[in-house]
Amino acid sequence: MQNTIQHTDIYAIALHHRFQWEEAQQCYVILFPEGMVKLNGGAGEVLKLVDGQRSVGEVVASLQATFPDVPDIEKDILAMFDLALGKAWLRKLN
Amino acid sequence: MAQQNNGVAANVTHTQPLWLLAEVTYRCPLHCAFCYNPTDYDKHTQNELSTEQWIQALRDARKLGALQLGISGGEPLLRDDIEDIVVEAKKLGYYSNLITSGVGLTEKRIQAFKEGGLDHIQLSMHDITEEINNFITNTRTFELKKKVAAMIKNHGYPMVLNVVIHRYNIGHIKEILEMAEALGADYVELANTQYYGWSLVNRSQLMPSKEQIDHAEKITNEFRAKVGNKMKIFFVVPDYFAERPKKCMNGWGEVFMIVTANGDVLPCHSARVLPNMQFPNVRDKGLEWAWKDSPAFNKYRGDSWMKAPCRTCPEKDNDLAGCRCQAFLLTGDAESADPVCSLSPNHHIIEKAIEDAKNPQLQAQPIVFRTDKNSKKIIAGELQERVADFHALP
Ligand code: SF4
Ligand code: SF4
Repeated sequence: MQNTIQHTDIYAIALHHRFQWEEAQQCYVILFPEGMVKLNGGAGEVLKLVDGQRSVGEVVASLQATFPDVPDIEKDILAMFDLALGKAWLRKLN
Repeated sequence: MAQQNNGVAANVTHTQPLWLLAEVTYRCPLHCAFCYNPTDYDKHTQNELSTEQWIQALRDARKLGALQLGISGGEPLLRDDIEDIVVEAKKLGYYSNLITSGVGLTEKRIQAFKEGGLDHIQLSMHDITEEINNFITNTRTFELKKKVAAMIKNHGYPMVLNVVIHRYNIGHIKEILEMAEALGADYVELANTQYYGWSLVNRSQLMPSKEQIDHAEKITNEFRAKVGNKMKIFFVVPDYFAERPKKCMNGWGEVFMIVTANGDVLPCHSARVLPNMQFPNVRDKGLEWAWKDSPAFNKYRGDSWMKAPCRTCPEKDNDLAGCRCQAFLLTGDAESADPVCSLSPNHHIIEKAIEDAKNPQLQAQPIVFRTDKNSKKIIAGELQERVADFHALP
Protein backbone atom coordinates (compact mmCIF):
# COMPACT_ATOMS: atom_id res chain seq x y z
CA MET A 1 0.00 0.00 0.00
CA GLN A 2 1.38 3.40 -0.95
CA ASN A 3 0.67 6.28 1.36
CA THR A 4 0.42 9.47 -0.58
CA ILE A 5 2.89 11.88 0.92
CA GLN A 6 2.24 15.56 0.21
CA HIS A 7 4.87 18.27 0.34
CA THR A 8 2.71 20.25 2.76
CA ASP A 9 2.35 17.35 5.22
CA ILE A 10 3.89 17.78 8.64
CA TYR A 11 4.96 14.72 10.57
CA ALA A 12 6.35 13.95 13.99
CA ILE A 13 7.80 10.79 15.50
CA ALA A 14 4.89 8.59 16.57
CA LEU A 15 3.68 8.56 20.16
CA HIS A 16 5.55 6.14 22.38
CA HIS A 17 8.43 6.05 19.91
CA ARG A 18 11.79 7.60 20.51
CA PHE A 19 14.37 8.56 17.91
CA GLN A 20 17.94 9.03 19.09
CA TRP A 21 21.58 8.86 18.13
CA GLU A 22 23.42 5.84 19.50
CA GLU A 23 27.08 6.35 20.18
CA ALA A 24 27.80 2.65 20.72
CA GLN A 25 26.20 1.61 17.42
CA GLN A 26 27.17 4.77 15.50
CA CYS A 27 23.70 5.12 14.03
CA TYR A 28 20.24 6.53 14.71
CA VAL A 29 17.68 4.21 16.24
CA ILE A 30 13.95 4.20 16.80
CA LEU A 31 12.85 2.70 20.08
CA PHE A 32 9.32 1.62 20.94
CA PRO A 33 7.62 -0.90 23.20
CA GLU A 34 9.16 -4.32 22.66
CA GLY A 35 11.35 -3.26 19.80
CA MET A 36 13.97 -1.15 18.14
CA VAL A 37 15.17 -0.44 14.65
CA LYS A 38 18.65 0.63 13.68
CA LEU A 39 18.46 3.10 10.84
CA ASN A 40 20.91 3.29 8.00
CA GLY A 41 22.59 6.61 7.32
CA GLY A 42 20.07 7.96 4.82
CA ALA A 43 17.02 7.06 6.88
CA GLY A 44 18.59 8.66 9.94
CA GLU A 45 19.27 11.91 8.06
CA VAL A 46 15.61 12.11 7.01
CA LEU A 47 14.07 11.31 10.39
CA LYS A 48 16.44 13.70 12.15
CA LEU A 49 14.57 16.51 10.39
CA VAL A 50 11.10 15.17 11.20
CA ASP A 51 10.34 17.32 14.20
CA GLY A 52 6.67 18.20 14.05
CA GLN A 53 7.56 21.63 12.61
CA ARG A 54 9.07 21.18 9.19
CA SER A 55 6.87 20.11 6.29
CA VAL A 56 7.91 17.32 3.96
CA GLY A 57 8.81 19.95 1.39
CA GLU A 58 11.12 21.66 3.84
CA VAL A 59 12.79 18.37 4.73
CA VAL A 60 13.38 17.72 1.04
CA ALA A 61 14.79 21.21 0.47
CA SER A 62 17.06 20.97 3.47
CA LEU A 63 18.50 17.60 2.41
CA GLN A 64 18.91 18.75 -1.18
CA ALA A 65 21.01 21.60 0.16
CA THR A 66 23.07 19.30 2.40
CA PHE A 67 23.62 16.62 -0.25
CA PRO A 68 23.67 18.50 -3.57
CA ASP A 69 25.50 15.65 -5.33
CA VAL A 70 22.94 12.93 -4.66
CA PRO A 71 20.81 12.56 -7.78
CA ASP A 72 17.05 12.35 -7.39
CA ILE A 73 17.27 12.59 -3.60
CA GLU A 74 13.65 13.69 -3.42
CA LYS A 75 12.44 10.30 -4.58
CA ASP A 76 14.46 8.55 -1.86
CA ILE A 77 13.19 10.91 0.81
CA LEU A 78 9.56 10.40 -0.14
CA ALA A 79 10.11 6.64 -0.19
CA MET A 80 11.56 6.91 3.30
CA PHE A 81 8.51 8.84 4.54
CA ASP A 82 6.32 6.22 2.96
CA LEU A 83 8.16 3.39 4.67
CA ALA A 84 8.21 5.14 8.06
CA LEU A 85 4.50 5.85 7.85
CA GLY A 86 3.76 2.26 6.86
CA LYS A 87 5.69 1.08 9.92
CA ALA A 88 3.80 3.55 12.11
CA TRP A 89 6.98 5.33 13.19
CA LEU A 90 5.43 8.67 12.29
CA ARG A 91 2.21 10.49 12.98
CA LYS A 92 0.70 13.15 10.80
CA LEU A 93 0.05 16.50 12.44
CA ASN A 94 -1.95 18.35 9.80
CA MET B 1 35.35 -26.46 34.51
CA ALA B 2 34.71 -27.56 30.96
CA GLN B 3 35.38 -24.67 28.62
CA GLN B 4 35.36 -25.64 25.01
CA ASN B 5 35.06 -22.27 23.49
CA ASN B 6 37.35 -20.11 25.48
CA GLY B 7 40.14 -19.67 22.97
CA VAL B 8 41.48 -16.36 21.78
CA ALA B 9 38.92 -15.99 19.01
CA ALA B 10 36.04 -16.23 21.42
CA ASN B 11 37.33 -13.25 23.35
CA VAL B 12 36.90 -11.01 20.37
CA THR B 13 33.19 -10.46 20.48
CA HIS B 14 31.63 -7.67 18.51
CA THR B 15 28.19 -8.34 19.88
CA GLN B 16 26.35 -5.79 22.00
CA PRO B 17 23.80 -6.43 24.71
CA LEU B 18 21.07 -4.31 23.12
CA TRP B 19 18.49 -5.68 25.55
CA LEU B 20 19.11 -5.55 29.26
CA LEU B 21 16.68 -7.33 31.52
CA ALA B 22 16.96 -6.39 35.18
CA GLU B 23 15.26 -9.05 37.29
CA VAL B 24 15.41 -6.83 40.33
CA THR B 25 13.79 -9.22 42.79
CA TYR B 26 12.46 -12.75 42.89
CA ARG B 27 9.93 -11.85 45.54
CA CYS B 28 6.41 -11.89 44.14
CA PRO B 29 2.93 -11.69 45.64
CA LEU B 30 1.58 -13.90 42.83
CA HIS B 31 2.13 -17.62 42.49
CA CYS B 32 1.70 -18.29 38.79
CA ALA B 33 1.78 -21.92 37.76
CA PHE B 34 3.59 -20.96 34.53
CA CYS B 35 6.25 -18.75 36.09
CA TYR B 36 9.59 -19.26 34.37
CA ASN B 37 11.60 -18.10 37.38
CA PRO B 38 13.95 -20.75 38.69
CA THR B 39 12.30 -23.27 41.00
CA ASP B 40 15.02 -22.61 43.56
CA TYR B 41 14.48 -18.84 43.47
CA ASP B 42 14.02 -18.80 47.23
CA LYS B 43 17.82 -18.93 47.53
CA HIS B 44 18.06 -15.53 45.90
CA THR B 45 15.52 -13.52 47.83
CA GLN B 46 17.90 -12.47 50.62
CA ASN B 47 20.90 -11.15 48.72
CA GLU B 48 19.43 -8.61 46.31
CA LEU B 49 21.60 -5.91 44.76
CA SER B 50 21.37 -2.46 46.33
CA THR B 51 20.09 0.62 44.52
CA GLU B 52 23.67 1.79 43.96
CA GLN B 53 24.64 -1.56 42.49
CA TRP B 54 21.72 -1.44 40.08
CA ILE B 55 22.58 2.07 39.00
CA GLN B 56 26.16 1.03 38.36
CA ALA B 57 24.96 -1.98 36.34
CA LEU B 58 22.74 0.30 34.24
CA ARG B 59 25.65 2.62 33.51
CA ASP B 60 28.02 -0.20 32.60
CA ALA B 61 25.49 -1.94 30.34
CA ARG B 62 24.72 1.33 28.56
CA LYS B 63 28.41 1.73 27.77
CA LEU B 64 28.32 -1.73 26.20
CA GLY B 65 25.48 -0.59 23.94
CA ALA B 66 22.35 -1.56 25.89
CA LEU B 67 19.27 0.36 24.77
CA GLN B 68 16.14 -1.44 25.81
CA LEU B 69 15.77 -1.90 29.55
CA GLY B 70 13.21 -4.27 31.06
CA ILE B 71 12.65 -3.95 34.79
CA SER B 72 11.22 -7.26 35.83
CA GLY B 73 11.21 -9.88 38.54
CA GLY B 74 9.40 -11.45 40.47
CA GLU B 75 7.34 -8.35 41.05
CA PRO B 76 9.65 -5.34 40.68
CA LEU B 77 7.24 -3.08 42.56
CA LEU B 78 8.09 -4.90 45.77
CA ARG B 79 11.24 -2.80 45.72
CA ASP B 80 10.80 0.81 46.76
CA ASP B 81 13.69 2.12 44.65
CA ILE B 82 12.22 1.52 41.19
CA GLU B 83 11.63 5.28 41.00
CA ASP B 84 15.38 5.90 41.36
CA ILE B 85 16.23 3.22 38.81
CA VAL B 86 13.80 4.78 36.34
CA VAL B 87 15.31 8.24 36.73
CA GLU B 88 18.79 6.88 36.09
CA ALA B 89 17.58 4.88 33.08
CA LYS B 90 16.14 8.03 31.56
CA LYS B 91 19.31 9.98 32.20
CA LEU B 92 21.33 7.30 30.45
CA GLY B 93 19.07 7.19 27.38
CA TYR B 94 17.45 3.79 27.85
CA TYR B 95 14.01 3.00 26.53
CA SER B 96 12.66 1.61 29.75
CA ASN B 97 9.87 -0.82 30.43
CA LEU B 98 8.38 -1.91 33.73
CA ILE B 99 7.13 -5.49 33.55
CA THR B 100 4.57 -5.95 36.29
CA SER B 101 1.65 -7.95 37.56
CA GLY B 102 0.14 -4.62 38.59
CA VAL B 103 0.23 -5.46 42.28
CA GLY B 104 1.68 -2.47 44.08
CA LEU B 105 1.11 0.09 41.33
CA THR B 106 -0.46 3.13 42.97
CA GLU B 107 -1.34 6.58 41.63
CA LYS B 108 1.60 8.01 43.51
CA ARG B 109 4.08 5.55 42.07
CA ILE B 110 2.89 5.72 38.49
CA GLN B 111 3.08 9.50 38.65
CA ALA B 112 6.66 9.28 39.86
CA PHE B 113 7.45 6.86 37.03
CA LYS B 114 5.97 9.21 34.49
CA GLU B 115 7.90 12.17 35.82
CA GLY B 116 11.04 10.07 36.07
CA GLY B 117 10.78 9.15 32.39
CA LEU B 118 9.69 5.51 32.36
CA ASP B 119 8.71 4.80 28.76
CA HIS B 120 6.20 2.03 29.12
CA ILE B 121 4.57 -0.47 31.39
CA GLN B 122 3.82 -4.04 30.43
CA LEU B 123 0.98 -5.50 32.41
CA SER B 124 0.33 -9.22 32.67
CA MET B 125 -3.28 -10.31 32.31
CA HIS B 126 -4.48 -13.86 32.57
CA ASP B 127 -8.02 -14.35 31.46
CA ILE B 128 -11.41 -12.78 31.05
CA THR B 129 -12.78 -14.86 33.86
CA GLU B 130 -12.12 -14.07 37.45
CA GLU B 131 -12.01 -17.78 38.24
CA ILE B 132 -9.14 -18.58 35.91
CA ASN B 133 -7.18 -15.44 36.74
CA ASN B 134 -7.40 -16.23 40.40
CA PHE B 135 -6.78 -19.93 39.93
CA ILE B 136 -3.69 -19.76 37.75
CA THR B 137 -2.05 -16.98 39.78
CA ASN B 138 -3.28 -18.48 43.02
CA THR B 139 -4.31 -14.99 44.15
CA ARG B 140 -7.33 -12.71 43.98
CA THR B 141 -6.01 -10.18 41.51
CA PHE B 142 -8.64 -9.98 38.77
CA GLU B 143 -10.32 -6.69 39.68
CA LEU B 144 -7.00 -5.11 40.55
CA LYS B 145 -5.57 -5.81 37.09
CA LYS B 146 -8.46 -4.05 35.40
CA LYS B 147 -8.00 -1.03 37.65
CA VAL B 148 -4.28 -0.92 36.94
CA ALA B 149 -4.91 -1.15 33.20
CA ALA B 150 -7.09 1.97 33.40
CA MET B 151 -4.45 3.75 35.46
CA ILE B 152 -1.76 3.02 32.88
CA LYS B 153 -3.95 4.38 30.12
CA ASN B 154 -4.87 7.50 32.11
CA HIS B 155 -1.25 8.42 32.52
CA GLY B 156 -0.72 8.44 28.79
CA TYR B 157 1.27 5.25 28.66
CA PRO B 158 0.98 2.87 25.76
CA MET B 159 -1.02 -0.11 26.95
CA VAL B 160 1.07 -3.22 26.55
CA LEU B 161 -0.63 -6.39 27.71
CA ASN B 162 1.09 -9.71 28.06
CA VAL B 163 -1.09 -12.79 28.33
CA VAL B 164 0.56 -16.14 28.93
CA ILE B 165 -1.44 -18.79 27.11
CA HIS B 166 -1.98 -22.30 28.45
CA ARG B 167 -4.63 -24.95 28.50
CA TYR B 168 -6.86 -23.05 30.93
CA ASN B 169 -7.24 -19.91 28.86
CA ILE B 170 -6.52 -20.98 25.29
CA GLY B 171 -10.21 -21.48 24.67
CA HIS B 172 -10.86 -17.82 25.49
CA ILE B 173 -8.51 -16.15 23.02
CA LYS B 174 -11.27 -14.24 21.27
CA GLU B 175 -12.68 -12.94 24.54
CA ILE B 176 -9.21 -12.04 25.78
CA LEU B 177 -8.58 -10.03 22.62
CA GLU B 178 -11.95 -8.32 22.97
CA MET B 179 -11.11 -7.41 26.53
CA ALA B 180 -7.75 -6.02 25.39
CA GLU B 181 -9.48 -3.93 22.75
CA ALA B 182 -12.01 -2.64 25.27
CA LEU B 183 -9.19 -1.66 27.62
CA GLY B 184 -7.60 0.30 24.77
CA ALA B 185 -4.52 -1.90 24.43
CA ASP B 186 -1.91 -0.77 21.91
CA TYR B 187 0.09 -4.00 22.00
CA VAL B 188 -1.00 -7.46 23.02
CA GLU B 189 1.40 -10.31 23.35
CA LEU B 190 -0.19 -13.73 23.45
CA ALA B 191 2.73 -15.70 24.78
CA ASN B 192 2.26 -19.42 24.66
CA THR B 193 3.84 -20.95 27.73
CA GLN B 194 7.46 -21.94 27.32
CA TYR B 195 8.45 -24.77 29.57
CA TYR B 196 11.13 -23.68 31.99
CA GLY B 197 11.20 -23.39 35.76
CA TRP B 198 7.75 -23.73 37.29
CA SER B 199 6.01 -24.12 33.96
CA LEU B 200 8.14 -27.17 33.18
CA VAL B 201 7.20 -28.77 36.48
CA ASN B 202 3.55 -28.04 35.63
CA ARG B 203 3.77 -28.89 31.96
CA SER B 204 1.30 -31.74 32.05
CA GLN B 205 -1.28 -29.32 33.46
CA LEU B 206 -0.56 -26.39 31.19
CA MET B 207 0.20 -27.72 27.74
CA PRO B 208 -2.60 -27.41 25.20
CA SER B 209 -3.07 -29.71 22.23
CA LYS B 210 -1.95 -28.90 18.70
CA GLU B 211 -5.57 -28.42 17.62
CA GLN B 212 -6.14 -25.87 20.38
CA ILE B 213 -3.07 -23.91 19.32
CA ASP B 214 -4.00 -23.94 15.64
CA HIS B 215 -7.48 -22.76 16.50
CA ALA B 216 -6.17 -19.99 18.75
CA GLU B 217 -3.81 -18.81 16.03
CA LYS B 218 -6.62 -18.72 13.48
CA ILE B 219 -8.79 -16.61 15.78
CA THR B 220 -5.87 -14.31 16.44
CA ASN B 221 -5.26 -13.81 12.72
CA GLU B 222 -8.91 -12.99 12.12
CA PHE B 223 -8.89 -10.51 14.98
CA ARG B 224 -5.71 -8.92 13.72
CA ALA B 225 -7.22 -8.43 10.29
CA LYS B 226 -10.20 -6.73 11.91
CA VAL B 227 -8.37 -4.26 14.18
CA GLY B 228 -5.45 -3.51 11.83
CA ASN B 229 -2.70 -1.21 13.05
CA LYS B 230 -4.74 0.08 15.98
CA MET B 231 -3.78 -2.81 18.22
CA LYS B 232 -0.65 -4.78 17.45
CA ILE B 233 -1.09 -8.44 18.30
CA PHE B 234 1.81 -10.82 18.65
CA PHE B 235 1.13 -14.54 18.81
CA VAL B 236 4.23 -16.31 20.03
CA VAL B 237 4.05 -19.86 18.69
CA PRO B 238 5.14 -22.45 21.21
CA ASP B 239 8.29 -24.17 20.04
CA TYR B 240 7.18 -27.68 20.99
CA PHE B 241 4.87 -27.67 18.01
CA ALA B 242 7.41 -26.47 15.46
CA GLU B 243 9.64 -28.59 13.23
CA ARG B 244 12.70 -26.58 14.11
CA PRO B 245 13.77 -24.97 17.38
CA LYS B 246 13.77 -21.25 18.03
CA LYS B 247 17.00 -19.31 17.73
CA CYS B 248 16.99 -18.95 21.46
CA MET B 249 17.63 -15.38 22.71
CA ASN B 250 18.72 -14.66 19.14
CA GLY B 251 21.94 -16.45 19.99
CA TRP B 252 23.83 -16.99 23.22
CA GLY B 253 25.49 -13.75 24.27
CA GLU B 254 24.44 -12.02 21.05
CA VAL B 255 21.94 -9.30 22.04
CA PHE B 256 20.48 -10.13 25.46
CA MET B 257 21.90 -9.73 28.91
CA ILE B 258 20.08 -10.48 32.12
CA VAL B 259 21.12 -9.29 35.52
CA THR B 260 19.31 -11.19 38.24
CA ALA B 261 18.25 -10.10 41.70
CA ASN B 262 21.48 -11.28 43.32
CA GLY B 263 23.68 -9.85 40.57
CA ASP B 264 24.30 -12.95 38.47
CA VAL B 265 24.75 -12.04 34.82
CA LEU B 266 23.10 -14.47 32.41
CA PRO B 267 22.65 -14.80 28.66
CA CYS B 268 19.07 -16.06 29.18
CA HIS B 269 16.49 -16.42 31.93
CA SER B 270 17.07 -20.01 32.75
CA ALA B 271 20.80 -20.42 32.07
CA ARG B 272 21.53 -21.18 35.72
CA VAL B 273 20.11 -24.68 35.25
CA LEU B 274 23.10 -25.59 33.06
CA PRO B 275 25.73 -27.79 34.70
CA ASN B 276 29.42 -26.93 35.16
CA MET B 277 28.88 -23.28 34.46
CA GLN B 278 29.98 -20.41 36.55
CA PHE B 279 28.07 -17.28 35.72
CA PRO B 280 29.68 -13.93 36.36
CA ASN B 281 28.25 -11.62 39.01
CA VAL B 282 28.22 -7.82 38.84
CA ARG B 283 29.82 -7.79 42.27
CA ASP B 284 33.01 -9.38 40.90
CA LYS B 285 34.58 -8.13 37.70
CA GLY B 286 31.84 -5.94 36.29
CA LEU B 287 29.60 -6.15 33.26
CA GLU B 288 32.12 -5.52 30.53
CA TRP B 289 34.18 -8.51 31.58
CA ALA B 290 31.02 -10.57 32.01
CA TRP B 291 29.81 -9.82 28.51
CA LYS B 292 33.08 -9.88 26.59
CA ASP B 293 35.42 -12.17 28.44
CA SER B 294 33.64 -14.41 30.90
CA PRO B 295 33.92 -18.11 30.02
CA ALA B 296 30.17 -18.50 30.52
CA PHE B 297 29.21 -15.89 27.90
CA ASN B 298 31.73 -17.26 25.44
CA LYS B 299 30.88 -20.88 25.94
CA TYR B 300 28.08 -21.12 23.39
CA ARG B 301 28.96 -18.24 21.12
CA GLY B 302 29.54 -19.33 17.55
CA ASP B 303 29.12 -22.98 16.58
CA SER B 304 32.35 -24.76 17.46
CA TRP B 305 30.73 -26.33 20.56
CA MET B 306 28.02 -28.09 18.54
CA LYS B 307 27.64 -31.85 18.23
CA ALA B 308 26.08 -33.99 15.53
CA PRO B 309 23.63 -33.55 13.89
CA CYS B 310 23.92 -29.77 14.34
CA ARG B 311 27.65 -29.44 13.67
CA THR B 312 27.28 -30.31 10.00
CA CYS B 313 23.68 -29.21 9.57
CA PRO B 314 23.06 -26.79 6.69
CA GLU B 315 20.44 -25.02 8.82
CA LYS B 316 22.61 -24.35 11.84
CA ASP B 317 22.83 -20.61 11.22
CA ASN B 318 19.04 -20.34 11.35
CA ASP B 319 18.59 -21.66 14.88
CA LEU B 320 22.10 -22.18 16.34
CA ALA B 321 20.89 -25.62 17.51
CA GLY B 322 18.07 -24.12 19.56
CA CYS B 323 17.95 -23.62 23.29
CA ARG B 324 20.77 -24.92 25.51
CA CYS B 325 18.55 -25.00 28.58
CA GLN B 326 15.81 -26.93 26.85
CA ALA B 327 18.37 -29.39 25.49
CA PHE B 328 19.75 -29.93 28.97
CA LEU B 329 16.46 -30.02 30.86
CA LEU B 330 14.97 -32.61 28.55
CA THR B 331 17.99 -34.70 27.47
CA GLY B 332 20.60 -34.15 30.17
CA ASP B 333 23.11 -32.90 27.58
CA ALA B 334 23.39 -29.14 27.13
CA GLU B 335 25.32 -29.47 23.89
CA SER B 336 22.89 -31.73 22.10
CA ALA B 337 20.38 -30.45 19.58
CA ASP B 338 17.28 -28.87 21.09
CA PRO B 339 14.88 -31.86 21.11
CA VAL B 340 12.22 -29.68 19.48
CA CYS B 341 14.11 -30.27 16.22
CA SER B 342 12.73 -33.17 14.23
CA LEU B 343 16.33 -34.08 13.32
CA SER B 344 17.29 -34.48 16.97
CA PRO B 345 17.83 -38.07 18.14
CA ASN B 346 15.82 -37.08 21.22
CA HIS B 347 12.83 -35.65 19.40
CA HIS B 348 10.63 -38.47 20.77
CA ILE B 349 10.66 -36.66 24.14
CA ILE B 350 8.76 -33.77 22.60
CA GLU B 351 6.48 -36.08 20.66
CA LYS B 352 5.53 -37.80 23.88
CA ALA B 353 4.69 -34.51 25.59
CA ILE B 354 2.52 -33.54 22.62
CA GLU B 355 0.83 -36.94 22.69
CA ASP B 356 0.21 -36.62 26.44
CA ALA B 357 -1.39 -33.23 25.91
CA LYS B 358 -4.13 -34.95 23.93
CA ASN B 359 -5.15 -36.90 27.02
CA PRO B 360 -4.75 -34.31 29.74
CA GLN B 361 -6.96 -36.06 32.27
CA LEU B 362 -4.75 -39.12 32.23
CA GLN B 363 -1.51 -37.21 32.57
CA ALA B 364 -2.23 -34.19 34.66
CA GLN B 365 -0.82 -33.97 38.13
CA PRO B 366 -1.74 -31.33 40.68
CA ILE B 367 -0.21 -27.92 40.01
CA VAL B 368 2.84 -26.96 42.02
CA PHE B 369 2.31 -23.22 42.44
CA ARG B 370 5.27 -20.88 42.56
CA THR B 371 5.45 -20.22 46.29
CA ASP B 372 8.31 -19.73 48.72
CA LYS B 373 7.18 -22.89 50.45
CA ASN B 374 7.30 -25.01 47.30
CA SER B 375 10.63 -23.47 46.32
CA LYS B 376 12.07 -24.40 49.73
CA LYS B 377 10.72 -27.92 49.32
CA ILE B 378 12.34 -28.31 45.92
CA ILE B 379 15.65 -26.99 47.25
CA ALA B 380 15.41 -29.55 50.07
CA GLY B 381 14.97 -32.35 47.55
CA GLU B 382 11.25 -32.90 48.08
CA LEU B 383 8.63 -33.16 45.32
CA GLN B 384 10.97 -35.55 43.54
CA GLU B 385 8.09 -37.23 41.75
CA ARG B 386 7.46 -33.93 39.99
CA VAL B 387 10.99 -32.90 39.10
CA ALA B 388 12.79 -36.19 38.52
CA ASP B 389 11.85 -36.28 34.83
CA PHE B 390 13.66 -33.05 34.23
CA HIS B 391 17.35 -32.60 34.64
CA ALA B 392 18.89 -29.84 36.67
CA LEU B 393 15.95 -29.13 38.90
CA PRO B 394 17.36 -29.44 42.40
S1 SF4 C 1 4.91 -15.17 36.41
FE1 SF4 C 1 3.55 -14.73 38.14
S2 SF4 C 1 4.61 -15.58 39.95
FE2 SF4 C 1 6.14 -15.43 38.29
S3 SF4 C 1 7.12 -13.47 38.62
FE3 SF4 C 1 5.44 -13.13 37.16
S4 SF4 C 1 3.67 -12.52 38.41
FE4 SF4 C 1 5.20 -13.43 39.79
S1 SF4 D 1 19.90 -30.42 13.53
FE1 SF4 D 1 20.57 -28.83 14.94
S2 SF4 D 1 21.25 -27.13 13.64
FE2 SF4 D 1 20.05 -28.53 12.32
S3 SF4 D 1 18.00 -27.66 12.36
FE3 SF4 D 1 18.08 -29.20 14.00
S4 SF4 D 1 18.67 -28.06 15.85
FE4 SF4 D 1 19.10 -26.74 14.06
